[in-house]
Amino acid sequence: MTTPATPTTSWEYAPAPESTKVEIKSQYGLFIDGTFREPRSGRSIATINPANEAHLSQISEADAADVNLAVVAARRALKSWRRAPALERAKYLYRIARRIQERARELAVLETMDNGKPIRESRDEDIPLAAAHFFHHAGWCDKLRWASPTADGSAPEPIGVCGQIIPWNFPLLMAAWKIAPALACGNTVVLKPAETTSLTALRLAEILQEVDLPPGVVNIITGAGETGRDLVAHDDVDKIAFTGSTDVGRAIASVTAGTKKRLTLELGGKSPNIIFADAAIDQAVEGVVSAIWVNQGQVCCAGSRLLVEESIADEVIEKLRLRMRSLRVGDPLDKNTDVGAINSRSQLERIEGYIRDGIAEGAQRHEVSNATLPAKGFWCNPCFFTGVQPAHKIAREEIFGPVLAVMTFRTPDEAVARANNTMYGLSAGIWTSRGSKAYEIARQIKAGVIWCNTFNQFDAAAPFGGYRESGFGREGGRSGLSAYLA
Amino acid sequence: MAERSDITKTWKLFIGGSFPRSESGRVAPVVDHSNRLGGKALAYAAQASRKDLRDAVEAARAAQEKWAASSGYLRGQIIYRLAELLDGRRDELVAAVRMSGRVGRGKARTEVEIAIDRTLSFAGWCDKLDSVVGGRNAVAGPFHCFSQIEATGVVAVIAPEDFPLVGFLTLALPALACGCSVVAVASSIEPVPALIVAECAPSADIPAGVFNVLTGLTSELAPAIAAHRDIDAVVACVQPETAKLLQLGVSENLKRVRLVSTDAKFLDGAAWTSPNAFQAVTEVKTVWHTIGV
Repeated sequence: MTTPATPTTSWEYAPAPESTKVEIKSQYGLFIDGTFREPRSGRSIATINPANEAHLSQISEADAADVNLAVVAARRALKSWRRAPALERAKYLYRIARRIQERARELAVLETMDNGKPIRESRDEDIPLAAAHFFHHAGWCDKLRWASPTADGSAPEPIGVCGQIIPWNFPLLMAAWKIAPALACGNTVVLKPAETTSLTALRLAEILQEVDLPPGVVNIITGAGETGRDLVAHDDVDKIAFTGSTDVGRAIASVTAGTKKRLTLELGGKSPNIIFADAAIDQAVEGVVSAIWVNQGQVCCAGSRLLVEESIADEVIEKLRLRMRSLRVGDPLDKNTDVGAINSRSQLERIEGYIRDGIAEGAQRHEVSNATLPAKGFWCNPCFFTGVQPAHKIAREEIFGPVLAVMTFRTPDEAVARANNTMYGLSAGIWTSRGSKAYEIARQIKAGVIWCNTFNQFDAAAPFGGYRESGFGREGGRSGLSAYLA
Repeated sequence: MAERSDITKTWKLFIGGSFPRSESGRVAPVVDHSNRLGGKALAYAAQASRKDLRDAVEAARAAQEKWAASSGYLRGQIIYRLAELLDGRRDELVAAVRMSGRVGRGKARTEVEIAIDRTLSFAGWCDKLDSVVGGRNAVAGPFHCFSQIEATGVVAVIAPEDFPLVGFLTLALPALACGCSVVAVASSIEPVPALIVAECAPSADIPAGVFNVLTGLTSELAPAIAAHRDIDAVVACVQPETAKLLQLGVSENLKRVRLVSTDAKFLDGAAWTSPNAFQAVTEVKTVWHTIGV
């Protein structure tokens, strides 16, 4: 591992824009019962490119009547889908995985245009992982009775019609995380993507048509919060799976209380990233970069609290400052871009509010000083704060942006106490060269995913999900299946 | 010499390893439903208040981390010891299960035997759940990635009104076995079997605070359980309106809720001891570690 180059000399990169052209229709209907149809509501929402505010398309806004049509279609399809021979279900999932791989570049470009994330990430992470999720779960279809044994040895039953609501930070990947296990277990789906990032889910709907998935097995309805509320409140939905903010998760739990609906929630976080003095420091600094600046920090498991052992704090902060300066912020479609655009104006305002809070509460902000941000679009310089107290807002609340709070500790006990000093419990990073120490700290931290000497690794085979107010239920691996089995 | 009369026992709460009265001072009679004895009180049990619940949660929280850190092998031996102790008090348990006259001797005996056997079964889970539910994840990269099973934390249990022993143990034991601490509310109609379990707990070496038993009114305690932000999970066999109340408590602190129907057949089958019994009271923790030189 080399030390990041000091940017005393200016290294200019020639623009390297991704050249794949993607066709985007001027408007999209709702994907219900195997076909795209006009919404009953007659309403639509503009979706824009957050990097330049260019209009991309109009997506439909489903109202309660549209939601009902989708649920009815899913209910109708359930009967034969749940009884279909397991390997036949598997073949559909394998085909979906293949088509995602075959159309990967197109999907990556579309994702970057709609979401604002760097093409390097959508191309190398989001889309391959989405394909992998379908491929992995395809293989589970005929193995459920061993994955989740029943008392009488029969195959476990699906839950039924699943209403799934996903966020805007990993649009296609979250759709895959939700749809693949649901279908593998024999459920049918009504999926609502986020209103700012629906285009790849609608492209996935086209793929579902290409592979002849039986009509109604997956329905994709677009819309904003109201559409989500209609889906959660629908009487004939058997399960709600939600990924998003803790506040919305609480609201959903109130609505489903007293009903038969099953519920899994993957919510927010304020995850600690702990660097011990015995860590390989350069690797750890790279880990911090991937923990907080990947996807502009708009990651539920982002390592947004950096806890550094006091004796190495100055060194780590200096290296972090240098490394941050070499981040390239700008055109998400440029292959050299490290940090892209914030997904929406409202999210940008939220992040800027937290940055103001951090300054007002007395913490010191360090940011890239020489970055020239594009004039249009939603941009936020990556930054970190030092002088942060545990009581500060930026140390307690989920910012969902490229803003890191740096704090120090003296002993492993103090590191654990600080790490656990949150109501969240989604992830944690541990950096140390001593394996036994890593596993002991991992044991003590209350979080669902722990990365030792790495960060933000995801895999379809590895369960993901939170402790405490980061929600309940797991996605991925064998544990993820139980969220979709009765 | 006159015939010796019984001592009518006043059963107390079990909080933090001691047996206090309710701080409210309230006591309720265990009423004779069969009217064999003219409706007289058969025993008295403390009626826990919301303050008693808070005290019990505090004791449970203080004890939980150490209990969870103990080995599954140790917890297994402790729960096995509990089964031994319960077996030694089998006749007393049968009498307690049928105290108020709602079931006959045969049914009571069956319930006690199944309850003790179920305790034995859960004892065996303590050091096996990880290898059945967790394991290594075959991820596509140079990582050692595994998922282990951890205790959710402090668990409130509301036992069914019927099946005062087997229902109580079936709901409380998964939490205990995996390293949670438990605050359990006994059947309000037939509280004595659960209190006998409480009396056995210290002798079984269940650490103080790990297992707490309250007697009282579900209608009073359930809202306090739902609202309590330091309870991590609730396992309850209650009527639908109470169930809804507990589910509304999810929005307080995302507590996990496992509901069991009041029609549940607690005497039946192996399903009660399947790994599913642990879902609301365990967390799956996935740990990644880089592989390389």
